[in-house]
Amino acid sequence: MTISVRALFFAAYRDVVGSKEMRVDLPAGTTVSGLVSHLRGLGDPYSALPASPAIALNRTYVGESATLGDGDEVAFIPPVAGG
Amino acid sequence: MHARITADPIDPAAVLGRVGSERDGAALLFVGVVRNHDEGRAVAGMRYDTYEEMAADVLEAIAREAAERGTGADVAVVHRYGELSVGDVSVAIAVASPHRAESFDASRYVIEEIKKRLPVWKKERYVGGEAQWKDGVVPARPVEAEGS
Repeated sequence: MTISVRALFFAAYRDVVGSKEMRVDLPAGTTVSGLVSHLRGLGDPYSALPASPAIALNRTYVGESATLGDGDEVAFIPPVAGG
Repeated sequence: MHARITADPIDPAAVLGRVGSERDGAALLFVGVVRNHDEGRAVAGMRYDTYEEMAADVLEAIAREAAERGTGADVAVVHRYGELSVGDVSVAIAVASPHRAESFDASRYVIEEIKKRLPVWKKERYVGGEAQWKDGVVPARPVEAEGS
């Protein structure tokens, strides 16, 4: 079984990958770290993403072992600089 | 309590006007402003990007946490995004409480938590045309259970 997630990229990570959003199809049960490895494995420019970026799953920060579900919104969050 | 992320210019006095009641003997307004220099370089302006939907949730959580600290405070916070020029207000935090200590504490809490976890990024534009993303803070991840 396959799930489909929306990967979102912001700020410096958006500059790295050259787009703000992409759809990614993955095997069911894939974790956050599995998604990051998958993207980095696609080669240039995705291989330039960090191996362990901060991730927000459906708008909440999660750890690397969080499991993804169909339709999830997975945001790659560069170091934040508000204020 | 009031929390908002917006592309519109911020009116700090209006943010201050959102807090306070007859029980409050202290009110405090913090205003963050784009400055004309950074680490020795002349700055022309700043572009703030955000993950707006998440930032709205995080800002509200921060304001709620600040309001619930100690004996309680009334909190309003507005953060801006988009293209800002030197002198523009990027964030305004207003707090009111019965005594001053809670106001200082809550105001400090809000700005420090914004720096740690609000999904906002800024690209500094220097005089001369160059621009670069400002270094930021890696948000803390939730602690994961062993072996799960």
